[in-house]
Amino acid sequence: MGTARLDLKVPTRGFDVEVALDVGAETVALVGPSGAGKTTVLRAISGLVKPTSRLVAANGEVWFDSDRRIDRRPEERAVGYVFQEYALFPHLSVERNVAFAGGDTGDLLERLGIGELAKAKPTELSGGERQRVALARALARKPHILLLDEPMAALDPHTRGRVRAELRTLLRELGLPSILVTHDFVDAAALADRIAVLVDGRIVQTGTAEELIASPATPFVAELAGGNLLTGSARVRVDGLTEVVLDSGVTIVSTDEADGPVGVVVHPWEIAISRMETADSAQNRVRARIESIVPVGNRRRVRVGPLTAEITAASAERLDLKEHEIVVAEFKATATRLTPLS
Amino acid sequence: MSRIAFAAMTAVAAGVAFAFLLLPLVAIFLRVPIGELFDQLGNQVFQDALVVSLKTSLIAHAAVLIFGTPTAYLLARKRFFGRGALITLIELPLVLPPAVAGIALLAAFGRLGLLGDELDALGINIGFTQTAVILAVAFVESPFYVRGAIASFEGVDENLISAARTLGAGPWRVFGRIALPLAAGGLGAASAIALARGLGEFGATLIFAGSLQGVTQTLPLAIYAQLDQEFDVALAISALFILVAAAILIGLKVFTWARLGSISRFRLVASTSR
Repeated sequence: MGTARLDLKVPTRGFDVEVALDVGAETVALVGPSGAGKTTVLRAISGLVKPTSRLVAANGEVWFDSDRRIDRRPEERAVGYVFQEYALFPHLSVERNVAFAGGDTGDLLERLGIGELAKAKPTELSGGERQRVALARALARKPHILLLDEPMAALDPHTRGRVRAELRTLLRELGLPSILVTHDFVDAAALADRIAVLVDGRIVQTGTAEELIASPATPFVAELAGGNLLTGSARVRVDGLTEVVLDSGVTIVSTDEADGPVGVVVHPWEIAISRMETADSAQNRVRARIESIVPVGNRRRVRVGPLTAEITAASAERLDLKEHEIVVAEFKATATRLTPLS
Repeated sequence: MSRIAFAAMTAVAAGVAFAFLLLPLVAIFLRVPIGELFDQLGNQVFQDALVVSLKTSLIAHAAVLIFGTPTAYLLARKRFFGRGALITLIELPLVLPPAVAGIALLAAFGRLGLLGDELDALGINIGFTQTAVILAVAFVESPFYVRGAIASFEGVDENLISAARTLGAGPWRVFGRIALPLAAGGLGAASAIALARGLGEFGATLIFAGSLQGVTQTLPLAIYAQLDQEFDVALAISALFILVAAAILIGLKVFTWARLGSISRFRLVASTSR
């Protein structure tokens, strides 16, 4: 499949949004606080706002090039844009919304599981259904790049998990260059292959969720990246706790109930580090090698195998932690959050 | 005590206001028995005026819709230098006395006016013809339509327009498939109010087009002409106007209420379904 290249400078009221990004057949999340310029990037790619410089290209087509004075109109760029709140046409049925871009819609409706909603009006749908209609409509455009603006924001908390899992599967299947805008790191970690953190119009760090958690470039990234996200398979035990076999093979337990594929979220400050396995109330112990120790203010972020722990600088000194040593990371079952991935 | 005094004051003020507004309207129907009112509709003056009014109003209204709708769309969507000045210009006939509008039209299109020689050379004489009535009606009613239409187009969610563009729609399709249908309710309301205003046009028409029975004498002009001849005819036409105006207003209210009702019903459905 194609790739997309952007090298953008877009003036906004407060600052210039300056973003350079190459997106392969993958999903890149743009994460950052509101007002950081995330939506501006999507609007510049689709041609809804004009950058002052320099380049937008997708699948070998140049859509914008300030040097060569190329600036295609939005209707001449094959983008699949899923707007915040979805922007479905309220006066058209689901079918006609999807057919707006032209082409055959039947397959898309079936593929996204909204075939039976074809005649319904957008106002009659739930948040998750609206999202699928918006995706079907964007895909009907046969896009070279998929742009998703806060696709999870309009959803009820109790449907988020399921919808997130569906979207994750869909993005993997499509294999389109995709850019996802969100302010929620957990959504970004679950949906995207790479995460770019945008603050005041600049990308401050790009990497996988694990990389951002382990070695945040700025205190803001550390704050944003918050928890560890691991994946594994869950089943409920007879004692009522949920047992999760992580992809790494380690088994942990959680007080959250879940069954099947799950994401496991543990905040770094919930993880204690010790030299040997202690007999305390923590149910979960992971023995692994220290891969890195990164100072963040008066704290230390210690990467232990798949986990990042955050401990005080004083504790790190007292334990005399060094890279490559084998230690035990401990955390309680009550601090282990599970989010279903299917 | 002061509470009761305030309640009494508002009640009295409202009573006076309603009595003042209602009394003249009721008086028209009390002066003419309903039966005689219908008899007057056979009157030649009335019938001629009705034909002139309907013909000129509909043509003027069509012109206002055809030219006003794209103008309103442009002013609602684009931000450019001088936009505020243009909107003010469009609103000018709202505050202008109709007599001044009539003089202004004469000064522009009359035989001795700005374009008089050019029009004369083409063999076109506008003053005191039905064309003059149409121009006067269009001039006076257009701001009522354009103002409402601008507000309706501004009410269309910008994201829907953007979405249509990213889905490959050019300007014609964005206008025809998204903006126009979504603004239709507001456009209809503005259109009805403008049409009513056009039907009632008097001052500009009298000055620019005169009051020739069967040619330029519209219903309001017929009322004026019949005032010192057959007062009952004037009354009958006035009564008819009141009924038409009431029908338009009630129609608008019902239409607006039905639309709001259907939207809130949808919201209910949306919030109760999964």
